[in-house]
Amino acid sequence: MSLPPKTALSNAWLDIYSALHKFHLIATLGWQDVATRYRRSRIGAFWLTISMAIMIAVLGFVFGTLFNQPMSDFLPYLAVGLIIWGFIATVINEGCTGFVSAEGIILQVRMPLFIHIMRILWRNIIIMGHNLLILPILFLLLMKPVSLEALLVIPGVVILILNVAWMMLILAVVCARYRDMTQMIQNLMQVLFYLTPIIWSAALLPERAGTAMLDFNPFYHLISIVRAPLLGDAPTLTNWIYSSLMMLIGWVVALPFFGHYRKRVPYWL
Amino acid sequence: MKKTASIELTNVAVEFPVFNAASMSLKNRVLSAVTGGAIDRQHDGSVIVRGLQNINLKIAAGERVGLVGHNGSGKTTLLRVLSGIYHPTQGQAIIQGECVSLINISLGIDPEATGRENIRLRSAMMGLTPIQTNERIEEIIDFSGLGDFIDMPFRTYSSGMQLRLAFAVSTAIRPQILVMDEWLSTGDEDFKERAEQRMKDVVHGTEILILASHSREILQANCNRLVWLEHGRVRMDGEVTEVANNYFPTNT
Repeated sequence: MSLPPKTALSNAWLDIYSALHKFHLIATLGWQDVATRYRRSRIGAFWLTISMAIMIAVLGFVFGTLFNQPMSDFLPYLAVGLIIWGFIATVINEGCTGFVSAEGIILQVRMPLFIHIMRILWRNIIIMGHNLLILPILFLLLMKPVSLEALLVIPGVVILILNVAWMMLILAVVCARYRDMTQMIQNLMQVLFYLTPIIWSAALLPERAGTAMLDFNPFYHLISIVRAPLLGDAPTLTNWIYSSLMMLIGWVVALPFFGHYRKRVPYWL
Repeated sequence: MKKTASIELTNVAVEFPVFNAASMSLKNRVLSAVTGGAIDRQHDGSVIVRGLQNINLKIAAGERVGLVGHNGSGKTTLLRVLSGIYHPTQGQAIIQGECVSLINISLGIDPEATGRENIRLRSAMMGLTPIQTNERIEEIIDFSGLGDFIDMPFRTYSSGMQLRLAFAVSTAIRPQILVMDEWLSTGDEDFKERAEQRMKDVVHGTEILILASHSREILQANCNRLVWLEHGRVRMDGEVTEVANNYFPTNT
């Protein structure tokens, strides 16, 4: 079963390449996932927007008061952070069960495995899109100007998605084999929520302990490259370098890994 | 121009690791690393099941291959190898041509969605592009005979109607290789006849048919070659009547 590294790599690439060619399938399935959840509700997927808005309002009130932060700064910060984190945490958690939950399809239809990852990504991008509607409303209410830096959000989101994609790919394979891994990752993500500056701001951390805690948290950098531009700052160079390097190294590891184990996945289901 | 379909299995073996809860979990891996020593191998409990052994099959375009064998003889596993889902753990499987399997024709159907949406879902699942689906959708609706119900949620259908829709979509494709576990037949008398006709069209439209079935009639009507599997090996491979005479008890 051991493949020479070159075959593993081309296997992985072939899988991903043909998955990208079936984007219509991914779009249909991903959209269906969201539609099904809200099929018989009157306002449908906007429930997502509403529940996120309520969460932001409540957490904003509690922690804004606790930390003694000016609401006009804290609310946008919290809103953007929560929305991005919601995306990251869900895709990672659902990525763990990416292949396991697609068992019925995998054992019956030959299609690239990466499709199942892309489906999860796509439906969560749709959900994030609904949540993002909160931002313009919030910014208007607070009369917060949007600067030209906001355009940097585009490369930011692209790098974020490319990063979570390789993480999901690896996790989907590992969790198909070791089912306990899913629980471990879910726990980890819960802990990371508190370790990542989302409800608290990085500026509140004591100098030395803070930098260590932040620099080694991959999600801090990923959140920063999307959040900072939206709030009118440019992300730091460290954020960019960290995120891009992580993306490169991640894929360099994920591709041969996936290529090597791809053929075993159906046997593990 | 598409290449003609062909299937070639050489010395194929398929081995399943069966993980019981104990070996499936990382905890036990870690624990066994800690406790170490000889016990872990017994406690690990992973068992390997040989699903298929030593399978040599060459199937060329135009062949309609029937698969027979008792339960557990490896039919489903072989179907999955032939449709490219399981990669053999030993040997080689070369499968040329796009392959669609009609094992569970309701796969991908969402009960909350309307019939029309389900047609799109199901055909996307089978590998049709949206353009191809658009070309066929009217014909599919027409064939299903659901009329105005097509825009109602799938869950409101009677089970007969549900099957008709699933059948209508699933048989709208003409893949190069068609893999089926049991013949599809469904519906009331009137529909059954049309369904039968349509199945014939599908079967004639494909280059290679692989059909696992327990029915002698169906195999004799549709196949020109029969493969008999027993305990994961090919027991007999040849002309339909010959194999059938050996496999099926003579009194039927």
